Amino acid sequence: MTLDATDRALLRLLEADATQPASTLGRALGLSQPATWRRIQRLERAGVLCGRWLDLDLEKLGFGVTVFLGVKLATKGRVSLEDFERAVIAIPEVQTVSHVLGLYDYRLRVVARDLADFERVLRRRIMTLPGVGNVEANVLLSEERRPGPIC
Amino acid sequence: MLDDIDRRLLRHLMADPAMATSALANRAGVSPAVAARRLDRLRDSGALRGIRAAIDWAALGYQVEVSLRFTLDKTVATAFDDFLAAARAVPEVLEIQTFLGRVDVRLSIVARDMAHYQQIYRQKILALPHIADIESLMELARIKTAGQLPI
Repeated sequence: MTLDATDRALLRLLEADATQPASTLGRALGLSQPATWRRIQRLERAGVLCGRWLDLDLEKLGFGVTVFLGVKLATKGRVSLEDFERAVIAIPEVQTVSHVLGLYDYRLRVVARDLADFERVLRRRIMTLPGVGNVEANVLLSEERRPGPIC
Repeated sequence: MLDDIDRRLLRHLMADPAMATSALANRAGVSPAVAARRLDRLRDSGALRGIRAAIDWAALGYQVEVSLRFTLDKTVATAFDDFLAAARAVPEVLEIQTFLGRVDVRLSIVARDMAHYQQIYRQKILALPHIADIESLMELARIKTAGQLPI
């Protein structure tokens, strides 16, 4: 779908705060409330707006450590990818799992209360996954999300 | 600190971030006034930074997502600051993360197709300052997206 400048501005506003009512968004964009509503509907129908997510400060919630793990499977073929995937998504500390092409097979985002807690997750949950081979860990220091190519 | 009511509200809200406060209160077993007050407090404390709209870049024609991992030339004192400032100016960059580990910085990038990606890589990425090494991982599939925290 193609976006005009108003759509792009609307997406930026919703990316910042999805809970704003159509009337508030309309005022910011110089549109009526029904016109704003129609644009939101159109973006939802096209699948561009695909839900909401909670932006949480994990440290304030007691999760002081976030680690990205690059996981290489050791026994591809013998243990199926499905076995690994089924087991890894069930680990509560694993926030996201991506199947990637390159140096690693999977990239995991793992949260833990502190480094000792991370060690427990790594030893008891990650290293015992079916087929797991080489694991590379990088501890997250800072993170920012950019609006992306809608500016 | 969080108490049981906060944790219950966050758990239900993480499961469905689009839920209205009244429905959320109902699920968590508190009155709507209590739920609203607690959410305000979580926002004020900075623990809940916001409820944001998720954008599906594929629906906007961005079919390729690549994770680029950089090692920077740390002999230059301003390597990180220079690199991050330049990376922020590339519109196709969705996420910027810095790490403690083998990788210094990771950028998540979207492109329309492989030809577009090659163009971004050559003209914008290789032009970023103080790069010592780059590795790329192509996203094949998201197996798990951020949802629940073990709270």
